[in-house]
Amino acid sequence: MNIVVCLKQIPDLQQIRIKDRRPLLEGAPLIFGDMDKSALEEAVRIKEKAKGTKVTALAMGGAKLKDGIKEALAIGADEAVLLMDPPFAGSDTMGTARALAKAIEKLGEHDLILCGEGSTDNYSGQVGPRLAELLDLPQITYVRELEIEGNKLKAVRNMEESFEVVETELPALVTVADEINQPRLASLRDILKAARKPVQEWTAADLGLSEDEVGAKGSAIETVSNLAPEQERKQVVFKGDLDEVTENLINALTKEGVLGR
Amino acid sequence: MAEILVFSEKDDLAFELVSKGRELGAALNVGVAAALLGEGAGARSDEYFAYGADRVYVAHHPALAHFHAEAFAEALYQIAQKNDAQVLLLASTKRGKELSPRVAQKLGAGCVTDATAVEVQDGNLLVSRYALGGNTVASEFIKTPHKVIAVMPKTFELGAKEARQGEVVTVDLDLKEPRTRIVERREKAGEAVNLEEAEVLVCIGRGLEKKQDLGIIEELARALGAEIGCTKTLCSDYQWLSEDRLVGLSGKKTSPGLVISVGISGQIQYTVGIRGARIAVAINKDGQAPIFALSDYGIVGDLYQVVPKLVEALRAA
Ligand SMILES: Cc1cc2nc3c(=O)[nH]c(=O)nc-3n(C[C@H](O)[C@H](O)[C@H](O)COP(=O)(O)OP(=O)(O)OC[C@H]3O[C@@H](n4cnc5c(N)ncnc54)[C@H](O)[C@@H]3O)c2cc1C
Ligand SMILES: Nc1ncnc2c1ncn2[C@@H]1O[C@H](COP(=O)(O)O)[C@@H](O)[C@H]1O
Repeated sequence: MNIVVCLKQIPDLQQIRIKDRRPLLEGAPLIFGDMDKSALEEAVRIKEKAKGTKVTALAMGGAKLKDGIKEALAIGADEAVLLMDPPFAGSDTMGTARALAKAIEKLGEHDLILCGEGSTDNYSGQVGPRLAELLDLPQITYVRELEIEGNKLKAVRNMEESFEVVETELPALVTVADEINQPRLASLRDILKAARKPVQEWTAADLGLSEDEVGAKGSAIETVSNLAPEQERKQVVFKGDLDEVTENLINALTKEGVLGR
Repeated sequence: MAEILVFSEKDDLAFELVSKGRELGAALNVGVAAALLGEGAGARSDEYFAYGADRVYVAHHPALAHFHAEAFAEALYQIAQKNDAQVLLLASTKRGKELSPRVAQKLGAGCVTDATAVEVQDGNLLVSRYALGGNTVASEFIKTPHKVIAVMPKTFELGAKEARQGEVVTVDLDLKEPRTRIVERREKAGEAVNLEEAEVLVCIGRGLEKKQDLGIIEELARALGAEIGCTKTLCSDYQWLSEDRLVGLSGKKTSPGLVISVGISGQIQYTVGIRGARIAVAINKDGQAPIFALSDYGIVGDLYQVVPKLVEALRAA
C-alpha cells in the first residue's frame, strides 16, 4: 500500500509577535502543524500493521523544509518529496492543491492520501477536499478513528452533533482531526538514521506546471490586509492570600458593572 | 442571468445566508436563489422565499439521500453551471466547510471558508476571515469569476420574513452513486446551548483534572448566571462537554460582557473565541500563562481553591 501524507511547514504561532498590528514571522521557528503530524503518525501506525506499506511525506514550502522534513522521516516516513521552487511562493489553497495533486500523480500509484483537517495557521480545510476533487477520490474529513483492512477503509468522523462511521474502498483521501492519535517524538537515533532516507526536490517545471498556475500568480485570492485586531486588556493580576484575591476580583468586576445585574 | 446561490444542509443557516444574499444581490444587481438538496428538500421553500430567495432549486436524487461531499459538490456544481450562479454562499459548518472547496475546485473558483464578514467593495466581494491561527484577520478578494464563500454560522442577522412569492424549479441532476457509505451515526449527547448570546461565560480548560470536578465549575456558572464553555481538549479529546461548548477558532466566537477562563493556558486558537468579550478574567496556577496578558483581571492560583472561594464570596456578596 502506498500512503502519501501532506505536511505544511508553518511558523510556530505561539512565538509570533505582533507589532503595530502586523504579525512578525521572521523570528518564529518553522514546525509542522499539529494535525499534519497526526496524519503522519496515523500513516506510520498503518504501516506498522500492514507490511509492505510505503509512506511518502509530501510538502510544499520554502528552503527550510530541507531541514524540517528530517523530523517526518525520523518519525517513520520512508521517503520525502519537497516542492521547493520560487514560483510556488505565495500559493493559495488552489495553487497548493494543484501542485500537490501533480506531485501525487507523478509519484504514481497511491492508495491513501492523508491530510490534516486544517493547517494550524490557515485552517481553511480546503487543500484536502480540493486534492480529492483533482485526483477524483472520495473524501472523508474530520477523522478521529481510522481502520484499514485490505482495500476497505472505515473511519469515525467527528461531526457537530454525531460521530459518523463511514466506509469506502481505497484509493481515498482522508483528513484527520488532532484527537486521532498522540504523535510520537523522534529520538536522536531516528533522526540520524533518517539522514539516509531519500528526499527528492521537485520544481514547478518538474510537475509540468507553468509559473501562472502556481504561486501568487496562480492564486484565486488577493489578500488586501492581514492585521491583528486592536485590543487592549488591562492585565491586572492578583496573587497571594486567597480571601484577598477573590475580594479584589469581585470588587474590580463590580466596578466594571459586569456582576450582579 | 447571473445569481447568488445559497446552500446549507441546515435550513436555518441557509435563511441567514439568503437574508444577506438579498442585500449583496441588490448591490451587485443579481438575484438570489437557494439549492434544496436531498430527502425532504423543498418542504420549506416558502420560508426561503419569505427570507428573500427569488428562486429555489429542488433536487431529489438517490445520490443525495445522505450528505456525501462528493455528491453534494457535484449537485451544486451542476446547478451553478446551468443557472449561471457566480457566487456561492454556504454555511461554514463542518459539512459546509468540506463541501465548499470541493465545489470550488470543480468551478475553478477561489474559495474562502470560515468567513466572518462579507461586503461589497468596488463591485467585488471583500471577505474577512481569521488567519495565522487567529492572530490576525485577513481581508480578501476572490479573483476568479466564480466565488465560493463559506460563512461562519450566525455571522449574518436573520432578516425579517416578508410575504413574498418565488419560483420553485425542480432540477434533474446527473449524479453518480457516492463512493462513501455511512454505516452508523452515534448521536452526541448534547443540550442546546447558545454561547454566542451568553452575557456571562465561564470557560474551563485542561486545568480540570477529571470530569467529576465539573461540579465546581457548574457552581461558579450558577453563581454568576453564566453559560459554560470549554477548550478543545475537553470536548474533542475527553468528551466531557459537548462540542457546542467549544470556544475558539474551530468553535464559537463569543462576545459576553464577562468571560472567566479557568485552567486555560491562552493559546491563540482559544483566545480568538473570547476576543469579543468586554471584560476577560483568567484563573491559572501558572503566573506565566499567556492568558494573563490577554485578560483584564487575573488570579494566580489553583482553581481547586480559587473557584470554590469565589463561589462563596459571590454568594455572600
Ligand atoms: C487548527 C487548530 C484549531 C484549534 N481550535 C481550537 C478551538 O477552537 N478552541 C480551543 O480551545 N482550542 C483549539 N485548538 C487547540 C489549542 O491550540 C490548545 O491546544 C487548547 O486551547 C489548549 O487548551 P487548554 O488551555 O485547556 O490546555 P493547556 O494548554 O494544556 O493549558 C492548561 C492550563 O491549565 C493550567 N492549570 C493546570 N492545573 C491547574 C489548576 N489546578 N488550577 C489552575 N490552573 C491550572 C495550566 O497552568 C495551563 O496553563 C486548536 C488547535 C489547532 C491546531
Ligand atoms: N504547502 C503544503 N504542503 C503540503 N501539504 C499541505 C500544504 N498546505 C496544506 N497542506 C495539507 O492540507 C491540509 C489542509 O490545509 P489548509 O487547507 O491550509 O487548512 C493540511 O493539514 C496539510 O495536510
